Amino acid sequence: MFYRVAGQYKTSYQADYALFPVKQDAWLLALVLIVAFVVFPLTASDFMFRALLIPVLIYALAALGLNILTGYAGQLSLGTGAFMGVGAYACYKIVTIFPELNIIVAIALSGFFSAAVGVAFGLPSLRIKGFYLAIATLAAQFFLVWLFQKWGWLYNYNASGAIQVPNTQMFGITVTGARASAMSQYFVVLSVVCIVTFLAINVTRGRIGRTWKAVRDMDIAAELVGINLMKAKLSAFFVSSYIVGIAGALFVFLWRGAAEADLFDIQLSFRVLFIAIIGGLGSILGNYLGALLIVALPVIIGTVPAMFGLPISSAMVEHLNTMIIGALIIGFLIVEPHGLARFWAVIREKLIIWPFPH
Amino acid sequence: MNAHPDHHIIVAPDDDGIAKGATLMEVKNVSLSFGGVKAITDISFDVRKGEIRAIIGPNGAGKTSMLNVINGFYTPQVGTITFRGQERRAMKPHHAVRQGIARTFQNVALFKGMSTLDNIMAGRSVKMKRSIGWQMLWHGPALAEEIEHREKVEEIIDFLEIEHIRRTPVGKLPYGLQKRVELGRALAMEPSLLLLDEPMAGMNLEEKEDMSRFILDVNQQRGTTIALIEHDMGVVMDLSDRVVVLDYGKKIADGPPEEVKNNQAVIDAYLGVPH
Repeated sequence: MFYRVAGQYKTSYQADYALFPVKQDAWLLALVLIVAFVVFPLTASDFMFRALLIPVLIYALAALGLNILTGYAGQLSLGTGAFMGVGAYACYKIVTIFPELNIIVAIALSGFFSAAVGVAFGLPSLRIKGFYLAIATLAAQFFLVWLFQKWGWLYNYNASGAIQVPNTQMFGITVTGARASAMSQYFVVLSVVCIVTFLAINVTRGRIGRTWKAVRDMDIAAELVGINLMKAKLSAFFVSSYIVGIAGALFVFLWRGAAEADLFDIQLSFRVLFIAIIGGLGSILGNYLGALLIVALPVIIGTVPAMFGLPISSAMVEHLNTMIIGALIIGFLIVEPHGLARFWAVIREKLIIWPFPH
Repeated sequence: MNAHPDHHIIVAPDDDGIAKGATLMEVKNVSLSFGGVKAITDISFDVRKGEIRAIIGPNGAGKTSMLNVINGFYTPQVGTITFRGQERRAMKPHHAVRQGIARTFQNVALFKGMSTLDNIMAGRSVKMKRSIGWQMLWHGPALAEEIEHREKVEEIIDFLEIEHIRRTPVGKLPYGLQKRVELGRALAMEPSLLLLDEPMAGMNLEEKEDMSRFILDVNQQRGTTIALIEHDMGVVMDLSDRVVVLDYGKKIADGPPEEVKNNQAVIDAYLGVPH
């Protein structure tokens, strides 16, 4: 009833290619954006920003990057954590060398470093597929984390071996470092994520997106319609690693504040992969739903039982979290391989025809 | 959204400067072997502009291998292929596409997760030029290009009468429609030579009639040259202008359908005479 599409006629292809051909979708997004840009900043606490909102956005962005590679172009990667690390370390070096540079510019530039590394480790995809490619990207994962530890220049030869985010300002407001407020960091992250998402939607629905999907669905046929497989695969690695790199830079600069090489280990890769799988491979929306679930779950387990007066230890929260996420992943792979995004699509279809069954 | 019904004459045939009836492609002394297995031995034939050329032969005669050689999947050990006056060396399939060769497969090779519309749009990938920068912005040149190609694709969708499945993921379509979408994708490439590998395999009589009509229309309205492999002799004899017959990787006959039909070597090959 609320989602009625009857009467919304398209009279031109331009209208058919609108970002939201159905009006209700646009309203819904407007509502979400108002909540994100106005309601949260007015109501949320620092804890809410730091424990929930900022990490959800950053993880969603990383998953979006991975999703372009795995969900759209069909190339499995287990190196996401390391590529995030490349973005973070590149950003750190850029800020060290050019302290005057705007932090947003530094983050945008650092993406190119991870993109280049991503393409280099994507080269095996030209010869191997599936699990074998996953193993090749796994090599990237271990090699890069080792490099982050051993190459002192990357962390300015700090005795601790960690990178410490300096205070930087934008328009007179401190956005990174220890003195930055959670809300200003939230706004920076939210803006970057919104812009990248918009660009990613456009790329995935145009010619290049079709090229990637064609390679994913049947590479022989893709070659047959004139798609250059090498270009298609490497461009997917480039775009994907660029977004993952930006997510990595945001991860350290606007959330963690400091990082050691171990932060970018395989656990992080798996975490992002789980978000992409639970959210839905081959979907943009899914990354947000998946990130919300994965990030919110431990927060909910940590706070809700306490609200009802149930004592729950932090170790217990950890165990419960691991168990529930494990069960969810198995459940999703069996019941709905297309993830949460597919659930939303089904709900939307039902809403469109509601109250009729067909 | 539908294009006007009068638009049935799809895009004008691309003008490659070759007169109708002149040689479009020439296969000369081609041999192909895999290790010790000889798939094709010393085959020569030509395809003339504007004709429907059938390649027939019993199972394992080397027909599909022949198509694979033509569109660049295999590189023959011996022999040459001249297409539009240019002799070709080893090449990748996407190069063949750029030269104007499109193809459908014996067992449907569509992009299963994509809609009919996207599948056919993918056929126009080569003709779309806007860079990733424009595509990220979407509005402006990239959208204009998308719409320009969408119009061409909608003409093909109209022509093949698949408007109703425009948005359906092709994986969910029945086999007959999938074959039609695959033909649509090949047409979207506006080829000067269209290779069809058993376009009617596994179809019922009605679907075969539909497909035959589409093939004839493509050939007559667009002037597209077609080379097809088919096992249904009725279809082959009715559709094709000239037939080349292969058996055990060798050419055993070449000529108009009536002539081939009565050729003793062909009859032997199909009925099975000890070699």
